Amino acid sequence: MTQGEGSAELLDLMESRRDEFVQGWVRSVSGTLRGRLSAAEVAQELGEIYNALLGALKQGGLAGRGDHFSEVRSLLIELSRNRARQGFTPTETALCVFSLKQVLEEALVASPDGARSYLQLARLLDDLGLFTVEEHAKTREEIISSQAEQLLELSTPVVKLWDGILGVPLVGTLDSARTQVVMEKLLQGLLDSNSTHAIIDITGVPAVDTQVAQHLLKTVVAARMMGAQCIISGIRPQIAQTIVALGIEFGDIATKATLAAALHDALAEIDEASSLRKEGLL
Amino acid sequence: MKEYDVAADAVETIPITTSGDVVKARQAVRTLAQRTGLSLVNQTKLVTAASELGRNTLMYGGGGRARIAVVTQGGRTGVWARFEDEGPGIPDLDLALTDGWTSGSGMGLGLSGARRLVDDFELESAPGKGTTVSVVKWAR
Repeated sequence: MTQGEGSAELLDLMESRRDEFVQGWVRSVSGTLRGRLSAAEVAQELGEIYNALLGALKQGGLAGRGDHFSEVRSLLIELSRNRARQGFTPTETALCVFSLKQVLEEALVASPDGARSYLQLARLLDDLGLFTVEEHAKTREEIISSQAEQLLELSTPVVKLWDGILGVPLVGTLDSARTQVVMEKLLQGLLDSNSTHAIIDITGVPAVDTQVAQHLLKTVVAARMMGAQCIISGIRPQIAQTIVALGIEFGDIATKATLAAALHDALAEIDEASSLRKEGLL
Repeated sequence: MKEYDVAADAVETIPITTSGDVVKARQAVRTLAQRTGLSLVNQTKLVTAASELGRNTLMYGGGGRARIAVVTQGGRTGVWARFEDEGPGIPDLDLALTDGWTSGSGMGLGLSGARRLVDDFELESAPGKGTTVSVVKWAR
């Protein structure tokens, strides 16, 4: 897009009445923030964007996605990201940009060739406003996916219950990704802590279907290959009946209703081994 | 769903295109089961069946939808769920319902197990015509 008559006039206007417009813009944006950001912060933010916008318009062209608008865009990215993190809605973020239109509207309406300039500016600001919404959404998506990852880590702790006994309390849905994390953490934990027993507690798993069962069985088999005994605890009455109805065989894998019962069993086995050691049989 | 009467709520439709949707469908079934007053055991059985069927829809049917509703029949109330897809279909229904048989990498218990977990079970499928499984669990 080439620089037309309209944008030259717009440029003059924006340059000569800079302070007035920035103040108006800050006032209009501050009204929508409901005190979540200080006026000084907003003034600095918008002042920078205004200057960058002016610079870009001077270089020519009204194409908001062009190269000469890169500074404007990077400032807007920063603004969108901050707003997204502070919990502002996409509308509030976009209004930051759109409200400049209102401020310039009054000034442009008064001038003879104002309508044309205003439409050009509106097109540019619409584009930049949409850009901030895109960035806002992108940031929110990043936040969500990083939280999902954090949750994955958080929800699969491996805890030491006793000397030689590790506990894995599972909560929520067991899918392939989580099982992988659980298995890796458990196997590494067995090695690091030199444990001989592992208790996988599924009290917090709402439903055990064939996929969950298959994942559990694989984890137990892997732990066994490393020489550890595995007990699955937290089998509630409804889970037991469902597993039987489904026809899943747990084979010779020890299962218990409660974590306490599983811990009791594991301790008894460790005790037996240590008494054999005392008698010199091991 | 001709032989049942839909009670209270209209039919809720949940598209199944990701494994997250399977969880969503399962949660919706659980909510209805709780509201209908199914016992904890029956809730768990129905939810587990929904989980199996939902996953089948996703993995073997290439995605589809779940439709769930509260239904009544002859004075009893239950939760009805239908899983439908437009996938390749099942060539041999008897074989598919055999314990331990799978065309994938699962345990081969999903479909046959789901049938044992519910009260009413209806499987319709033909090669190239997709698959529809309807189940009902009645409150006692």
